This record gives sequence, structure tokens and C-alpha cells, in this order.
Amino acid sequence: MSSNQNNEGSEVSGEGKDMNSTTKPQSLASVASARELKVPGTNALGTGLEARSVNAWFGSKHALKDVTLDFSSGTVTALIGPSGCGKSTFLRTLNRMHEFIPTAALAGEVLLGGKDIYASGTDVTKIRLRIGMVFQKPNPFPSMTIGQNVLSGLKLAQLKVSNTDDLLEECLQRAGLWDEAKDRLNEHASALSGGQQQRLCIARSLAVSPEVLLMDEPCSALDPGSTFRIEQTISELSKSMTIVIVTHNMQQAARVSDYSAFMLSDGGPGELIEVAPTSELFSRPRDKRTEDYVTGRFG
Amino acid sequence: MSVTEAGVRSTAIPRALVTKPRRSDQIFRVVVTSGGLSSLVILGLIFAFLAYRGIGVLQSEGLGFLTNSNWDVVEDENSNIISQDYGLAAMLVGTMLSASVAVVIGVPIAVMSALFLEFYAGRRIRNFLIALIDLMAAFPSILFGLWGFLVLMPSVEYWAKLLNKYFGWIPVFDVPAPVFTRSPFIAGVVLAIMIIPITTSISREVFSQTPLDRIQAAYALGATRFSMIRAVVLPFGRGGIVGGAMLGLGRAMGETVAVFTVLNIVYQVNWQVLFGAGGNIASLILLKFGEADKEEVNALMAAGLVLFLLTLVINGIANILVSRLGKTGR
Amino acid sequence: MTPQNLSQAPIAKPGRPWEPSRKEKGGKLVNLLLAIGIALLLYFFTGLNGKLGFFIAFFSSFLVVMFVAEYRRAGIPAAQDSVLTTVSRFAIAIAIIPILSILSTVIVKGWRGLHWGLFTQDMSQATVNDPIENGGMLAAIAGTSIMVGIALVITLPISILTALYLTEINGKFARPIRFLVQAMSGVPSIVAGLFILSSVVYPITGERTGLMGSLALAILMIPTVARTSEEVLLLIPNELREAGLALGATQWRTVAMVVVPAVKSGLVTAVILGIARVIGETAPILLVSGGGEATNLNPVSGPMGSIPYYVWKSFLLGGTEESSQRTWAGLLVLLVWVLILFSAARYISSRNQKR
Repeated sequence: MSSNQNNEGSEVSGEGKDMNSTTKPQSLASVASARELKVPGTNALGTGLEARSVNAWFGSKHALKDVTLDFSSGTVTALIGPSGCGKSTFLRTLNRMHEFIPTAALAGEVLLGGKDIYASGTDVTKIRLRIGMVFQKPNPFPSMTIGQNVLSGLKLAQLKVSNTDDLLEECLQRAGLWDEAKDRLNEHASALSGGQQQRLCIARSLAVSPEVLLMDEPCSALDPGSTFRIEQTISELSKSMTIVIVTHNMQQAARVSDYSAFMLSDGGPGELIEVAPTSELFSRPRDKRTEDYVTGRFG
Repeated sequence: MSVTEAGVRSTAIPRALVTKPRRSDQIFRVVVTSGGLSSLVILGLIFAFLAYRGIGVLQSEGLGFLTNSNWDVVEDENSNIISQDYGLAAMLVGTMLSASVAVVIGVPIAVMSALFLEFYAGRRIRNFLIALIDLMAAFPSILFGLWGFLVLMPSVEYWAKLLNKYFGWIPVFDVPAPVFTRSPFIAGVVLAIMIIPITTSISREVFSQTPLDRIQAAYALGATRFSMIRAVVLPFGRGGIVGGAMLGLGRAMGETVAVFTVLNIVYQVNWQVLFGAGGNIASLILLKFGEADKEEVNALMAAGLVLFLLTLVINGIANILVSRLGKTGR
Repeated sequence: MTPQNLSQAPIAKPGRPWEPSRKEKGGKLVNLLLAIGIALLLYFFTGLNGKLGFFIAFFSSFLVVMFVAEYRRAGIPAAQDSVLTTVSRFAIAIAIIPILSILSTVIVKGWRGLHWGLFTQDMSQATVNDPIENGGMLAAIAGTSIMVGIALVITLPISILTALYLTEINGKFARPIRFLVQAMSGVPSIVAGLFILSSVVYPITGERTGLMGSLALAILMIPTVARTSEEVLLLIPNELREAGLALGATQWRTVAMVVVPAVKSGLVTAVILGIARVIGETAPILLVSGGGEATNLNPVSGPMGSIPYYVWKSFLLGGTEESSQRTWAGLLVLLVWVLILFSAARYISSRNQKR
């Protein structure tokens, strides 16, 4: 069972008016609708990412079933659902990291700019330059300095850039780390705190100018302060690229995402249950399972 | 914890927990500890006895034991010793030369093989090749020596001649006379083959410990296998690789029979690696031992002491490098 | 809830689209043939000679062909990647070829020297250059068995105690002891021989015997057996030890009755590896055991033969076809013994893992 999102902007019903009240805890829907909903497709950006009937296996274990999902350019889509439902597996099929597992198998297509990234003859390293990834646990390269880490993507892919200093500053600015790091560029990356390291990893991903940024629970290992700063970064970044974020935290999904996709696995392969603009998913979910999840009956 | 009137709580002091072991356990501990200290005892005894036997020669020769290049025992008609001269230089040079050739040839092959096994090979082929390499590590050195002499030497001799022909202008590759059989080069090649299994094993262990998240980070940035290895695996494994290379060096330096069969033992300092003359300390000891008289035996003991200390130092450094990997892993 | 129409939904089949397609595989084959062709040209037109010469020609041409092909496909990064791929493949080939050459040489050359008398006669009535049917390896095989057996009796307690100290007690000597055990594994075999010579043979016994050989071999065995024993002891989870202690057992009872039985097969593996380590050691026994033609089963009196001595003597004193046969037959026996030990060790440890 799959559902396609509609590409038209949807009207937000008037639930977001009590943003400023501090007496009542805000409902997820109100948080979500407080964000300005961007109308996808109106930003003149790169090309969209589309998944068509993606199935994934690990050996004989069927992990994902028929996931069809569009990620329009300039939007932030959150993948939510209980643990083990296949969110991370699906994320990894989007930048061809899934195939590193020796027993992995796949069916379906993932289209970037209309071309299947799994087509034979595709240069996978070029795909990964266009679709970047930030991991759950920050993983800067410890043998490199902060500055070298940011530019490491260029070195790994042998890309030439005319002005590395400008690029370095730009990426760190966009990741929200410039002010804290500008005087420490020659220190080793391990000198940074966890939240700073994660922002460094974001800056590193930005250096190769990806069109899509995949984030696998980027804040789950971080403290609330760092989480807040990274969520701010995500909002900023979404102006210039497509972001897909896997998150366990429904409040986070409500805060940062334009669209949310709910996935579920009932012991079998994970499936996409429902996708909708975030405020809608939280206030008027169409599927009962979605409703049970967002209201906290299970998860 | 008590609350005083001032409202200040006194902090809790941890109690000292003392367990007095039962008598049987005390005996157990003593027995096991002394067993464990046996390696210290053995190494100490080796040093002590070799030094005891060799000290006379060392004292009479002084530092010349290491720098002189004569090993002569001159006797008169009555088999009385007229003069003795013991200097280890030629053999010391020979030890270094053949071991260096072994490391220069063997370590790159071992590291590249380890990269193949860890990052390129499929699971079944990998297990098969690892088993094969471990088997080779178990081959006795006499096997390598005889195979090297009878099977390898003709082809290596050919290559030595070629090397001399095209690169003979470099002093190391020049030869005073066209004798290419039984040279330090051939010994080095045989030693290289002998050390490849251990160095490959250690390098492979090191590579397998590379943290997966760094490898994934590199791939996610669009790295090829080569750039990933260069950026993540090699910086991480640097210490371990050098350690593995040094263990190979130590093994090559102490090898006796393989070198003995393959090398023409001539007592003069020979830097020219392609020329058929040389030796190493271990094979010298083996050679001279059969006919040595008491004094000469002492000299051989002193030589053994030198070899012992040399390999001890190299292996010690190597082990520190390899074991430190687990701690910093930078 | 949208109703599912299962009968109409196509069932997806797992695929691996990242593996090379048939077209790509065909391309690789073409590259391979091209490389072989260029290599043959190089081979015939330059001074390269022999199997090794072709190997080098092939390596160079394959390197260049793959570099160019990958460069055209995906630029410099892919081309560099292909260089590493090629070099590492050739490196493993270079590492493996000697093993295969040694195995085949020993089997081919040693096969002819095998005969039943090999195991029942010794060399007391034959010389090295006699036809192979005269004389055999009885002295050698018996000698090796006895010497290694006695060495094992010495090694096993010391190694196990060392391993137990490192894992069970792990006191303040643990780091130095671990370091020393590693250091001991680097002691050259001839130094072990010299040590026994200077500490036991010269001052005390005055003659070369099998027991002396055992002592020297023990020095070489201890590090191997101790290290492997420590590894298998570390595999035992601490919960097992805690269970024993919680039942009120003393430490030594826990170790003796719970821990050690749990690692029995691991210890057997350690022993087997130790035996394999010393069985071919030549230098120390030449020094301290001498060697004998006649079978000597008494370890404390008179020189004792051994397989390495047999091989060594045949090689050194010979030079004839017959002695060469003896040498290789001896090596074959040695190799077979090593192979049996090695396979036994692997079999035991794989059975262990399955449990």
C-alpha cells in the first residue's frame, strides 16, 4: 500500500494561533503548522529525488516493501516510525550505501533528476557527491584538522576548487560552526564537542555541493542545545537543497519538516503507510495506524 | 550522612573493602604468579648465561667486537692458539643487508595483500587465502631454505644479473666479480617470502579494526575505495603496519638455516647486495660451531648475545607499536 | 484504510543492480585479453624471460590498460582506484605463488623417496648416498616425537600458568609479563640453542642429548602456547567466573573446575600450534642434540636424531641423486606432519565456534 503526496500546496487550517501561549503544551500539529509551509516546486533549485517501488532485502529477509515517495526540491521530509521499521534502511537505498552490506539486495528505482541511480554504468561515487549523508554518531576524520575535515570531500573525490578558503568559510557558516571554529581551523577535529562535531560533519557534506542531504537521526546522540542549533541549520539549508531526515522524535519532525512520511513494519518488511504535509499528518492522519503512532498509543 | 545544624551535610566516606583470600587461593596466586614470571626468568637467564660465557671475549676485543671484520683463529702445528681475532662487523652488516632486502621486498607485498584480503576479496576466497597464508607461516625454515636454494635461486640469479646489467651504475648493485649465486639478494628474497605471512596477518588485523563509521563517512562523501583507504585506513593503521614490518625485520635478522643454505658465507664486509658473498650472525654461529674450540665458542656466545639483544630491541619496539593501536587508533 | 488488492500487486524480485552488468563484464574481459596481448608482445620483443618475465609484462600491461579504461569511464579518481585494485591483486598473487611452489616441489620431489622402510629403518646401516631403500627415518621420527613430547611436558604448565596469570589474576605484573612473552617469541632459535648449551650442556651434562633439545624447543614453544591460551581464556565471559564465585567457590576452584574445562579445546589448539611451531626447528637441535644415525630412544644419553637433522645431513653431505631424494622425502614427511597439525587445529577451533 503506498500513497503519493500531492504536489499542490495545501491550506493550513487555523490551529497555529496559540504559538505564544506558554500555559498549554503545544500539540504537534500546532507546532508543525506554525512553520511556513513552502510550496514545493516553486524554488528554482536542482532536481528532485524520487523513490519508485523500492524493495530491500538482507539475504532472504525482506526489509522494505514497495516504498514509493517523492522528495521535492527545496523541502524537508521527515521519515518517522517506530524502531526497526526500515527508515534507516530506506535512507541508505537513496545514496547507494545499502549495497555495502554483503547480503543486500534491492528492487525498484531511485531517480535523481529523472535518472535511475541504480542504472548500470552509473558512477556511484558521483551519485554520492550529489546525495550527501550525515550519520547518527558524528564521525569526523580524527587524523585531520577541522579545516581539512571540511575540505576532505573535495580531496576524496579529487575535485578542484579555485578558492578553498572561501568554500571553507561558506560551509562552516552554513553549518552554523564558523564563529566557534574560525580560530581553531588547525586543531584536530576531536577537540570539538559532540554537537560541534556533528555540525562539522554537516559542513563537510556541504563542501561538495550536494543537491540532497540525507540525515540519519542526526541529533539523537546530542544534547538539546546542540539539537536546537542543528535544527536551525536544517531550516536554513532547506532553502537551497532537499533534505530527508530520519527521526525518532516526533516533536523534531514537527519542528523541522515540511512533509512527514510514516513507516511501519508489523514483523514483516517495512512499508510506507502515509505521507502528508507534516501538520496534516499530525492533526488529521488518514490511516488509523498513523493516528495511533502520532498520538502515542504505541511507538 | 548527617545533617548538622548549619544545614551542611557531611559527605559519605567510602568504606575500605578488604577481602582476605583463603589460604588455598593464596597458594594459587603464588603458583600462578611464579609461573607467569617464568618468561622473565628465562629471558634473564638467557642474557646472563650468554653474557657470562661471552664476557671474556667482549672484554678483550672491546668495541672492536662489533666493528672489526676479522674472525681468525690461527693455530700452530700443535693446535695451540697463536692469535685470535674476533670481529663481528661483516656478519653484522650481512644481517642488516639481508634483513633489509627482505623488508623492502616483503613488506609492500604484505601490506598490499592485506588490503586485498580486507577490502577487495569476497568472503569465501578471503577465508581460503587467509588459511593458506597462515599455513605458510607454519612452514619450517629449513623448507624455505632448501626450496630457495634449489628452486628459487636459478630465477633470482637471472633477475640479479638483469638488475646488475641495467642498474649496475648504482654502487649497491655493482659486483666485483660476476658471481651472482648465493648472494645477500637471494637470501633477502627467501627471507621476504618467509616474513610475508606474519606481516600480512598483522596488517590485516589492523585494517579490520578500522572504525566502520569513518569508512562509511568517506564513502558517503563520494570516495572511491582508493581514496577511502588513503584517507581512513592508512592513517588509522600506520602504527600497526610499522609494527608488523618490524616484527618481520626481527624474524629476518634471526633466521639461521634458511640463510645458511642460500648464502655463501664469506667473511668480509659486503654491501653489494647482488654479489655472492655475505652472511649473518646466526648462520656464522652455525657454521663455526662444529669445529670451534673453547675460546671460539665463547666468541660465538658473545655473537649470540649481540643477536639476542638486537632482536629483543626490534621486537620490543614492534610490539609497542602494534599494541598501541588499540588505544589511540589515530 | 485503503483496501489492498494483493492479487494484483506485482511481487518484486530481489536484485543486485550495483554488480557489474553483462556489458560491463564483457568490457572487463576485453581489457584482460588486451592486456595479455600487449604482454605477449612485450615478452617477445624485450629481454624478459621465463615465467617471471611474463608475469612482470602482464602486470605492467594490465596496469596500464585498466588505468586508461577507468580514466575514460570516470576520470582520475576511478583511474587511481584501478591502480590500487590491480596492485593489490598482484600482490596477493605474489604472496600465494611461493606457497604453491613449495607444496608442489616437496610433493613432486619427495614422493619418489617414500617407501615403507622409511618408517621402519634408521640410518645406522646406510649412508646418505645409498639408494633410498636402504635406511629410513625411524631414528628421526622417533627422535622428533620424543623431543617434542618432552618439550611439551615442560611448556604446558608454564604456558598455562602464564596465561592464567594474565587473565585470572591480572596483577601489576600483567603488562610486563605480556610484553616479555611477546619478546620471547622473537628470540632467534639459534640463541635458544646457545643458551641451553651454555647453561646446561657445558657446565652440567657435558654431552648433547635429546633432553637438551627439548629444553631449547620449550623456550621456542612457550610464547606460542601461552599467547594462544591467553586468547582462548579471554573468550570466556566473565559471567562464568562470577557464577563460580557466587556459588562460594574459591578462585582456584573456579578456575580449575569452571574456567579451564570450558577452554579445553582451545588449549588443545594452543598445544597443536606450539608443536607445529617447533617441529621443524633445525638450528637449536643441531647445536645441542647432535644427531644420530641409530635410533636412540633415551633422551638423557647420547645424541638423538630428528627429522630436521635427517634432512640437513642428507642435504649437506650429499650431492647425489639419492641424497637429494632423501632430503625431499624427509621434507615431505615434515610437511605432512605440519599439515596434519594445522588442519587439526583449524578443525577444532571451527567446531568451537559452531558451538
